[in-house]
Amino acid sequence: MPGLGTTMGRGAATSFQEDLRNSDCILIMGSNMAEAHPVGFRFPMKARERGAQLIHVDPHFTRTSAMCQQYVPIRTGSDIAFLGGLIRYVLDNDRWFREYVLAYTNAATIINEEFQDAEDLEGMFSGFDTKTKAYDYKKAGWSYEGEEVAKSEPPPEIKTESFSQRLASLRNPTPPSDPELKHPRCVMNIVRRHYERYTPEMVAATCGCSVEEFLRVAETLCANSGRERTSAIVYAVGWTQHSVGVQIIRAAGILQLLLGNIGRPGGGIMAMRGHASIQGSTDVPTLYDLLPGYIPQPAVMRDHADLHGYLEQEKVTHGYWANLPKFMVSLLKAWYGPAATKDNDFGYSWIPRLDNNYSQLPTFLRMAEGKVRGLFLFGQNPAAGAPNAKLHRAAMRQLDWLVVRDWFEIESACYWYKGPEGVDPKTVPTEIFFMPAASSPEKDGTLTNTQRLLQWHDKAIDPTGDCRSDLGFLFDLGKRLKALYAGSDKARDQGLLNLTWDYGFDSPPMLPDGRPSRLPDEPDAEKVLREINGYTVADNRQVKGFSELKDDGSTACGCWIYSGVYPAPGYNRARERKRNPDNYTSPNWGFAWPHNRRMMYNRASADPEGRPWSERKKYIWWDEAAKRWTGVDEPDFEPDKAPSYRPPEGATGMASIAGNSPFIMKPDGKGWLYAPAGTKDGPLPTHYEPIESPVANLLYRQQENPTIERYDVPMNAKSAPLDPEYPIVATTFRLTEHYLSGPMSRFNSWLNELQPAMFIELSPELAAERGIEHGGWLVAWNKRGAIEARAMVTRRVRPLQVDGRTVHQIAIPFHWGFAGEVVGSSANDLTSIVADANVSMHEAKAFVVNVRPGRVEDFKDLPLRAAPWPTYRAAPDAPRSAQPEGQED
Amino acid sequence: MNANPFTLEMLDVWKRPEPPKQQVETGFFTDTTLCIGCKACEVACKQWNQLPGDGFHWTGNSYDNTSALSATTWRHVAFVEQMDGTGGHVPRWLMMSDVCKHCVQAPCQEACPTGSLIYNEFGNVYVQQDICNGCAYCVVACPFGVLDRNHQDGKAHKCTLCYDRQKDGMTPACAKSCPTASIQFGPVEELRERARKRVEELQARGETDAYLYGAEATEEYSALNSFFLLKDKPTVYNLPEAPKRPVDNLKTNYLVSFATAVGLTVLSALCFSRGKK
Amino acid sequence: MEPTPARAAASQTFSPNSTAKGPRTRGATVVPSVCPYCAVGCGQHIYVKDGRVIDIEGNPDSPINEGTLCPKGANTFQLSVNPHRITQVLYRAPYSERWEHKPLDWAVSRIAERVKETRDRDFIEEREGTVMNHLTTIASLGGATMDNEENYLIKKLFNGGLGILPIENQARI
Repeated sequence: MPGLGTTMGRGAATSFQEDLRNSDCILIMGSNMAEAHPVGFRFPMKARERGAQLIHVDPHFTRTSAMCQQYVPIRTGSDIAFLGGLIRYVLDNDRWFREYVLAYTNAATIINEEFQDAEDLEGMFSGFDTKTKAYDYKKAGWSYEGEEVAKSEPPPEIKTESFSQRLASLRNPTPPSDPELKHPRCVMNIVRRHYERYTPEMVAATCGCSVEEFLRVAETLCANSGRERTSAIVYAVGWTQHSVGVQIIRAAGILQLLLGNIGRPGGGIMAMRGHASIQGSTDVPTLYDLLPGYIPQPAVMRDHADLHGYLEQEKVTHGYWANLPKFMVSLLKAWYGPAATKDNDFGYSWIPRLDNNYSQLPTFLRMAEGKVRGLFLFGQNPAAGAPNAKLHRAAMRQLDWLVVRDWFEIESACYWYKGPEGVDPKTVPTEIFFMPAASSPEKDGTLTNTQRLLQWHDKAIDPTGDCRSDLGFLFDLGKRLKALYAGSDKARDQGLLNLTWDYGFDSPPMLPDGRPSRLPDEPDAEKVLREINGYTVADNRQVKGFSELKDDGSTACGCWIYSGVYPAPGYNRARERKRNPDNYTSPNWGFAWPHNRRMMYNRASADPEGRPWSERKKYIWWDEAAKRWTGVDEPDFEPDKAPSYRPPEGATGMASIAGNSPFIMKPDGKGWLYAPAGTKDGPLPTHYEPIESPVANLLYRQQENPTIERYDVPMNAKSAPLDPEYPIVATTFRLTEHYLSGPMSRFNSWLNELQPAMFIELSPELAAERGIEHGGWLVAWNKRGAIEARAMVTRRVRPLQVDGRTVHQIAIPFHWGFAGEVVGSSANDLTSIVADANVSMHEAKAFVVNVRPGRVEDFKDLPLRAAPWPTYRAAPDAPRSAQPEGQED
Repeated sequence: MNANPFTLEMLDVWKRPEPPKQQVETGFFTDTTLCIGCKACEVACKQWNQLPGDGFHWTGNSYDNTSALSATTWRHVAFVEQMDGTGGHVPRWLMMSDVCKHCVQAPCQEACPTGSLIYNEFGNVYVQQDICNGCAYCVVACPFGVLDRNHQDGKAHKCTLCYDRQKDGMTPACAKSCPTASIQFGPVEELRERARKRVEELQARGETDAYLYGAEATEEYSALNSFFLLKDKPTVYNLPEAPKRPVDNLKTNYLVSFATAVGLTVLSALCFSRGKK
Repeated sequence: MEPTPARAAASQTFSPNSTAKGPRTRGATVVPSVCPYCAVGCGQHIYVKDGRVIDIEGNPDSPINEGTLCPKGANTFQLSVNPHRITQVLYRAPYSERWEHKPLDWAVSRIAERVKETRDRDFIEEREGTVMNHLTTIASLGGATMDNEENYLIKKLFNGGLGILPIENQARI
């Protein structure tokens, strides 16, 4: 989440769900929280019952909207216009939190003279290279005055979220500034100028809401922010899946910093993530460009030939990231054990080097060209869940071999013999292994939830038959590969042969009910977690936290940000399940990274002198007598650094962070209103139209994000702006009753009966215009495909007045596919593959279609029969009177 | 002696066990202003009671695809879209989790000829599956359309208020799962008190359309131990405006029959007396 | 408040089944778990009897869900105890029109061989004098639904061991 990382230092939700109950106002935008995260939505509901204002800004009226006091419909993809309007409102009406902003943000910092804003260049910033379609940082002049291009700025191929990139480094951690905010090139004045034209009228014309609706939101937010009150913003993929997703989130960050809502109870930006451990899988990354803990993958485009060069280039002199060498060396020790020595750069050469973008979308495009031979799928379903799913299916039909690890025969397991396009298996050369996976009760391990909280789940029973945990499969595969390569003296095989791989149980594993496990050869997940936590090499003692890590090879640590999760033998903090009745942050329930801090940047909950901003919003404060920070949470700050501390000349690392600088990951310790580095599409969020849009950009001549990767390949055609053939704006959305593309919901009768069929929501006006009847069939199509669905004609979808004309929107749930008990068209057969410059994000939330009544003729895949239920297997060891009522005969 | 288990089971029915000790009466308070329409209650109920899905029928009626309470659906979430802004309120989407009303004086129980339907020790209306013979008198007696006969076993089924769970002091599955406390379970008198306060609170907040349905007895119908806080007319939620007990109809029927009998007697007496002349 | 005589338990005819009634979870082993669906992170209790999962509910102690669940979380039981689940390894030979059953051991061996064969053919040690040490013709996709430990082993084995670069999951941003 570089939107958050660039602005505040870490790419993760700044707060925790339980804290939303303390909000005085919650703006939910880009999230359908009540439907997608119903249990998390308990806390906004609690806040509402305590008098908070809930606001939902969304293209269509959902169950979330129904719970909010204010609902504002906007055209999908117009979020930056709306947020930019809010930023302008806050500045224009002098509603920003002056003391907070002056002390904790880079508002006063002066920017280089060469910098030119989007206002000056019709929607582009200085430094754009039309040939590479990227900003050339050397020419851009975006940095602080007196600074040059940040050395950690990576080439465009790398979409990394690594801290180094997001943080940027500064030669001078106290850059020139003007606390009076008079200097024309200070950040505050640049921000003011940038948003000057985002007037309420412009917002209304671009977004399709009314001026009054917008002003009411702006006023509610302002009235509920400040010393005594705080507002929170909640978002999810409704913001991320855009060609400007990172910048939408940046805009929210700017707004929250201006209102003084970061690092304070009831404030913050909650990123509501979709999968059980999607945070974990970016922390302990199954990502191509990162090593564990946001350490960048070495790349040939940079001076990464040896470890020294790598560290010199990647570490940041000021702030926490100066510790990178300790984290990197400890990681290499964890991976390569005794074979990692000072003499061989701790095995650094065995880490593969990046030379290109290997994220999912380009990888599948290469696959479609036959350039990828083998694929492992671990609980992911690209055949229905990926953007332009049809293209993904075509790509998979080019594979030599495929391993699918899942529970059910999902679309990605049966795409070789069925699918809406019709397939002849005799033409598919792929050798396919379906390896049945264990379900969550059948394995143990940690999941990291949306608020960075690691929670251990215990294994309850053994999986049946051939079902195995992914951990077991990987452990087994690793052992077999090591055996296959045993004896090789080739340099390229030494990484594998030296990989530490000792995860077997020390004694036969037992199940919680006292029975021995039938799978004694499975790995011990706790051993893996202990390696992730880190240990001292000499005596194999677990480290208490990342502050113990060293860069001399004496410590090993699999993922430094998780260090502290297993600080002592037998003490797995992720497995700790204690409630503290006096402390709503529940410090003994699970383990939150970093270092069990529940709310990040919480130093900002106190004023520059360390006193709470108000009694009502007290959280962490400086205890002068004890000379420590204290409060309800772990301080996200050095615990004994006084507010009055000022770095001495030439200080580096954490010593360069002043006692009044809450954003410790940043080299200047400040929240970044203006991002001199870290985002590849500009230092300030700017409204661009979606790649496919029936509307011209009202703010700039530049129509769309200029840095976007379009992938104009066959099967991925896109409409040009204002394409008259496709005048309708479409967005995808989630329903409570289903999950993603359906692998975990469409094989389940209890969920299927609740939402049994694919439908599309459209307004009565559009339905009348096209002769579509409620409950009848309709076809939605665009340049990439056609899908059919039942028509849900409802006033929850409204035609919008955009720049004086009517724009229709439709809302498409994306839960269906061609495998499962209930089947239906896949919304992703309409979405396209494009990639934003920062993280290769596609744009599933805004594209264009046309609609007509009727059906797509060739869609005739039959659903699986509903599973027999109830199972009529009586509960064991229980009398008839304790059998479920539904099972009684 | 190796008796046939079936025979033993049959004999069981004739044994009259000691009734359990009376407990504090329990019920549900369903506050529709807190319902987010997630249907966790429906699934939690199916899970605990191991009920099958009712089939996959897309209705197009907002997000309601289970349509009604049935023999295998004991919680049902109704969705009412009032998005046209008429009727004096802002555009809104009402949601309500419906369930058996556990009437204080339950017509189903009155209609049951077998003694299967009882008020258990928690004052909940409960169908004893080992007694029910599937006559379905209860099905027609219920003014709310709650009871339904299962095609598989032929017996009447409905919400048990998780009788089995309550025996061990556990909260019924639906109320436990409800993320927003729209479904509240507890001693029913406490719930009524809490509900009255809630209405006052909402009224004070300006939500003047909030009122309780079934919290108190009316002239025609008893109170419900499972009652609701609503925001619109009961019929909007597919609840009867004024539920009626079939027995009440019987009173008139009895009177009419009696009057007819008297009338006929008088008439025949008159005829005979005339004939004598 | 006392029930009216007509409603009193004493005046009802309780069946043997009713008097013996009790929850099936009585005496079960309770195993703490976490919901496998979204990232809210609800605590769950899994009830086990006789080696079988008989019930899955919200964990009342969790500060996040306090015993509650959404419909998907409440469905975790059916997700796990599900007749549609595939419990045997399925194998599809190239150009074949059908699945066939294969032993688990054979399948993992065969996968390892295919990995080795592909790696040995396509591994790039250097290009124009620059060290690459990477493999880009095998890809791995997924991880966001899995445990951290599992993600760790994917990255460690595939990237640190085999040199595979295209490792991705559902997370973008």
